[in-house]
Amino acid sequence: MGEILLQVRNVSKSFGGVRAVNNVSFDLHRGEILGIIGPNGSGKTTLLNLITGFVSKDSGKVVFKDKDITRWPAHKIANAGLVRTFQLARPYATLPAFKNLIPPLFSPRSKRSAMGKLGDRDAVAIDLLEDVGFERDAHVPYKLAGSLPLGYLKRLEFARCLAMKPEVICCDEVFSGLSMAEIASMLPLIERLKSDNITLIMIEHRLRELFQVADRTLVMNFGEKIAEGDPREVIKDKNVRRAYLGGEVKL
Amino acid sequence: MEKTSRRKERLDRGVKVRSDTVYAVSSWKEMLFLLAPRGILIIGLLCAPLLVPNLYWQRVICILGVYALLAIGFDFLANFVGLVSLGGALFIGVGGYISGALNHYFGLPPFLTIPIGSIGGAFICTLILLPTLPLRGVYFAIVSFTLPLVADRTICATNVLGGTDGIPGLSMLANTWVNQYSILGMVLLSLFGLRRIVNEDIGVVFRGVKDNDQAIRASGLSVIYYKAVAVFIAALMGCFGGAFLAHLYGWVGVSLLSMDFSVFPLVATVVGGPATLAGPLLGCIILVPISEMLRAFGELRIVIYSLILVFFVLFWSEGVLNWARRKYEQFEHWVEV
Repeated sequence: MGEILLQVRNVSKSFGGVRAVNNVSFDLHRGEILGIIGPNGSGKTTLLNLITGFVSKDSGKVVFKDKDITRWPAHKIANAGLVRTFQLARPYATLPAFKNLIPPLFSPRSKRSAMGKLGDRDAVAIDLLEDVGFERDAHVPYKLAGSLPLGYLKRLEFARCLAMKPEVICCDEVFSGLSMAEIASMLPLIERLKSDNITLIMIEHRLRELFQVADRTLVMNFGEKIAEGDPREVIKDKNVRRAYLGGEVKL
Repeated sequence: MEKTSRRKERLDRGVKVRSDTVYAVSSWKEMLFLLAPRGILIIGLLCAPLLVPNLYWQRVICILGVYALLAIGFDFLANFVGLVSLGGALFIGVGGYISGALNHYFGLPPFLTIPIGSIGGAFICTLILLPTLPLRGVYFAIVSFTLPLVADRTICATNVLGGTDGIPGLSMLANTWVNQYSILGMVLLSLFGLRRIVNEDIGVVFRGVKDNDQAIRASGLSVIYYKAVAVFIAALMGCFGGAFLAHLYGWVGVSLLSMDFSVFPLVATVVGGPATLAGPLLGCIILVPISEMLRAFGELRIVIYSLILVFFVLFWSEGVLNWARRKYEQFEHWVEV
């Protein structure tokens, strides 16, 4: 395993009386794919919101590349190279698809890298869209993002992340709402991100697809981490079966 | 008997203005087609001071310019950044009082007080509206609408800055021509400047803030910063209007903080056509003269504005300019179905 890229230590968050995330700790190594699974409401998305700074933490510590990012605002964390996708795709509906990539290309991080200096961000955006599977010659990149089908929106989320030249992408249920065929066409993209040495955290309900790509899995229930380790081993754990699958189930 | 029905078919005129980054205009006819609306607007505005009959109407042109600045700023904030600003009176008041006070207490001439009033005023307005910028929803509108009322009461109660009487005897601008052309020049500069800005990359970020501020944060951009920049731009235009009014009247007072400045831009934008920038200017060109002709009705004018607003919101929500543009850019004909 590579160096430790991200350390999450004893992170907690309560909403009123509900302890959404309770004392969760884990490490993320460079180049791996870490799956986070758990039943609905177990705090997976909140954990991701806490790491990426979209929700403030009650307690705990997050260290990214030896920098304490616990109190950093979301945009600063994104500029450090830790980016995220949203569970419900968040396009700029009134802008054409390729214009959706202008804001990330306009970010301080992109301006620092060579991409920003090229000047014509539109051309870079079109290339990026092709990268994540938009057909170049079709009109799709020029269509309003609000009119695109979900499969494209999920790819657009990835493209927005890639435009930042990220080191870690936190993916929040990229497969949800997609057909089997669409998922099958997304998997190579994820494999390629991995081969590009991008580290991924993937929250997922589609276990079969997740286990094809994940190196390690972390299981949450009621805001707590109940297991961590190799996906095939983790799923055999008795606590995991009880919490996640509702008892003994034959896979 | 077979009943035939018809529907209107619309076709875009085939004028390709831009392909990628190259302007690709192929003929004089097409260039004229594109230039005509812009040309009519610019030449029309610049000729207006020469065409109106008397000094009174020349004064109306100045007021129109001030309202146009506010309305264009309102349209920019509301439809390109997603901030509904009812702060017209705030901008006018801050800009007016700063340049009026500098002129009265420190004796600075207008060509210094107007720039200082505009830029300094824009800074102050942005700073006092800053706490509302992290919030989504109506808070920005409420606070921007309330602040001038607070300022009005405070000035009257504490008698600072001339109290209810205001500060009279300010320097005037050289003559009526300087008045008119400085404000009209500013209107055109703001209009075409903003149209440029919203189509640049930073404009895409502004529109992103309106569509989806969470995605902007995820893109490594500070939502508050970009909202503040947008508020500064709109406040700059508004404060210029205020500083200009101070030296147009030679007087500043609490009437600079009146609600008209907050509400009129909204009406002008709805009438002229939202999200067009030029629409609000057109709205002002339509409404300001009407408003002047209705002067006899006094306060009842507000009722008439309201009726116009209701009519447009209910029956013609695209506004005059969007309608005119559709007519201009598309062929329409009936087809049998």
